[in-house]
Amino acid sequence: MADARKDVGGRLSTLRAAMVIMRRDFTAILFSRSFLFFLLGPLFPVLVGVMAGSIGSHINQGGERAVLGIAMTARDAHAMIAAARVLAPHTNGDLPDFVVVKQLRPGERFDAPGALKEGAGNLAAIVSGTPANPVLTGPAATISGWAGELSLIAAQAIGHGATSFPPIKLAATVTSHTDIHHGQILTAQAGQTLLFLLTMLLAGMVLSNLVEEKSNKIIEVLAAAIPMDAVFLGKLFAMLGMSLVGICVWAAAGEALILTMGDALPSLQEPAVGWPLFIGLGVLYFAMGYLLLGSLFLAIGSLAATVREVQTLSMPVTMMQLLIFFFASYAMAKPGSAVELLAAIIPLSSPFAMLARAAVSPALWPHVLALCWQMACVALFVRVGAAVFRTRVMQSGGAAGRSARRGGFGRHKRLRA
Amino acid sequence: MMVDLGEWRVAGNAELPKRLTPTRPLAIEAQGLVKRFDGAVAVDGVNLSVPEGSIYGILGPNGAGKTTTLRMILGIIDPDSGLRRVLGHERPHEVAHLIGYLPEERGLYPAMKAYDAIAFLGALRGLPLAEGRRRGRALLEEYGLGYAADRQIRQLSKGMAQQVQLLGTLVHEPRLVIFDEPFSGLDALNQGKLETVIRALAAKGTTVIFSTHVISHAERLCDEVAIIAGGKVPFAGPVDVARDHIAAQVRLETRLADGAWRAALPAGAHHERKAGGNNHWQFPLPESGVEPLLRALIEGDAGIVSLSIERAGLHDAFVAIAGEAAAQALLHGQGNSEEVR
Repeated sequence: MADARKDVGGRLSTLRAAMVIMRRDFTAILFSRSFLFFLLGPLFPVLVGVMAGSIGSHINQGGERAVLGIAMTARDAHAMIAAARVLAPHTNGDLPDFVVVKQLRPGERFDAPGALKEGAGNLAAIVSGTPANPVLTGPAATISGWAGELSLIAAQAIGHGATSFPPIKLAATVTSHTDIHHGQILTAQAGQTLLFLLTMLLAGMVLSNLVEEKSNKIIEVLAAAIPMDAVFLGKLFAMLGMSLVGICVWAAAGEALILTMGDALPSLQEPAVGWPLFIGLGVLYFAMGYLLLGSLFLAIGSLAATVREVQTLSMPVTMMQLLIFFFASYAMAKPGSAVELLAAIIPLSSPFAMLARAAVSPALWPHVLALCWQMACVALFVRVGAAVFRTRVMQSGGAAGRSARRGGFGRHKRLRA
Repeated sequence: MMVDLGEWRVAGNAELPKRLTPTRPLAIEAQGLVKRFDGAVAVDGVNLSVPEGSIYGILGPNGAGKTTTLRMILGIIDPDSGLRRVLGHERPHEVAHLIGYLPEERGLYPAMKAYDAIAFLGALRGLPLAEGRRRGRALLEEYGLGYAADRQIRQLSKGMAQQVQLLGTLVHEPRLVIFDEPFSGLDALNQGKLETVIRALAAKGTTVIFSTHVISHAERLCDEVAIIAGGKVPFAGPVDVARDHIAAQVRLETRLADGAWRAALPAGAHHERKAGGNNHWQFPLPESGVEPLLRALIEGDAGIVSLSIERAGLHDAFVAIAGEAAAQALLHGQGNSEEVR
């Protein structure tokens, strides 16, 4: 009999045990409705973004150009308007439109504040006085914004402006250093946001999966057969595998979109490490970010007995993760500072901070270091989660224990036989 | 395949083979196991010695510490203090592939097919998945559930799902099988089937441990029992030794009420004259045995109608060992259970 047993297997190592769990979970999730929702998940923020962008664009297009009123003598008003017309082609449309509010007689005074108070012509401000001594009346923020342009127009009106405009020969470069840096920061922000959304989505799913497991009452069978570390690892990697399948599907869909729409799509600045490496690092940091958050959520899930408890317990972690995301975004704007270093060291913010770094800095050794550090943290989180599970969860048996539940967190007042 | 259940045997200890010998190696050895939860002591210094190949019962009322003890033995939780050795290993997970465990709260993945669920439980114990699937189908056929092999667990009745989980517990042919309250929730027919399975496993040399709060199961099946109450084990050993805590009772019926033979009866013997005129006597079996008494009765011409020696039942032994309160709790637990007994 002992020989027969030898023929068919033996003690599972933690990794092999994790593989058993992973295989089961991966297959189960892949053929479930949850996976379909997971695939469709990113479509909703994209749709909302497109809709919001479209609405914003309409609002911008529908917005009126600023109009300044002129209250001067007919000659002065005409000179101002003519000067504005001369300058307009050279200022890229940044000058205001003018409308004559009142043609004054020489020496006549005009109550500009009163006219604005009455809402005359829905004007932004009113120019009075003379081109040599113009007076701009209006809200402080508005008049300070137009003072420079008005000064230029007035100078032109009194003949102190430019008499000719030499043609500019344009010698275009692809971009300037400032543009590259700005573009790379935008790329980093896009990467961080994508990373954040994906990790939160997945961590929530792995949490639901564990709670479902507990409600199926199979968790005790698993805990008796294999180490809890293996259960946690298996679940984490199953979800990771599932998400990588999802990413492949999204990438294929994205590629199809690019091929279809081409230049109509907005493009991002190439990151400092180059696109292929950035994408590779993005996948690795996504994996680490998810594993870190997922292992934390699994520890929480092991403490919770019901979905309601899970929601209560996971809310602070979700809020914390949001803060960490903001922290990593803030740190990105402070390259080389202690804040950036801190963001790279704190395990949960490290993937975000390092992905942003990949966008703006070409050095690779910090990524090797960071990935090793993040892997060590994942192992620690899984260990602690499994230990919490063993010490806090399997405290009691069946119905009697449940009826004596003290109110969550797997603690029971009365201990079941 | 594979799991040879042997022949159906009528319940009764008299028919069980006496397999135990003092030199038999121990499948499980626990010394001074202690476990506290939130300051409350759940298990308080439990000692167990389970010989290999035996059927061992852990008998106690709800809340006595049975499940916690089993979980410590299995390595699901660690004891706060004390030592445990399972199949010669202090870390139970090292021999997980040699152990089968059926928890009290049964559970399977609802979307899994029956044969796949068995294979998965086997895979958790190191059985290759393909072999597990093959054995799963064979076991289901063997147990008359072949028609349900491709059905999802959610499509099975509760009783069928329990049987599937039982087969999953045994699919890797473990050397040690641990059942936590295996009879709870089963109807009389399935309880009988499970008893047969347990005996067949033991006949093959597999060590079987089960916890129960139903004395009759322990009495019918077990070679040895541990009586557990309040987290302590006041008795652990062979069922016969447990019974010996109460002296056997002699029941004697004679035609005559008096004679020289009366001197052979113990002083405290209970006497009652029944309607038919015969005399009924009841008293503990004397230490000298029944032979001197029998000789005196015959020589004194007492007119023996009947004489029987009745050994104490396990329930009486439980009362004597664990106390009346624990026995009441045990009975209460049995009354509350849904078992058809």
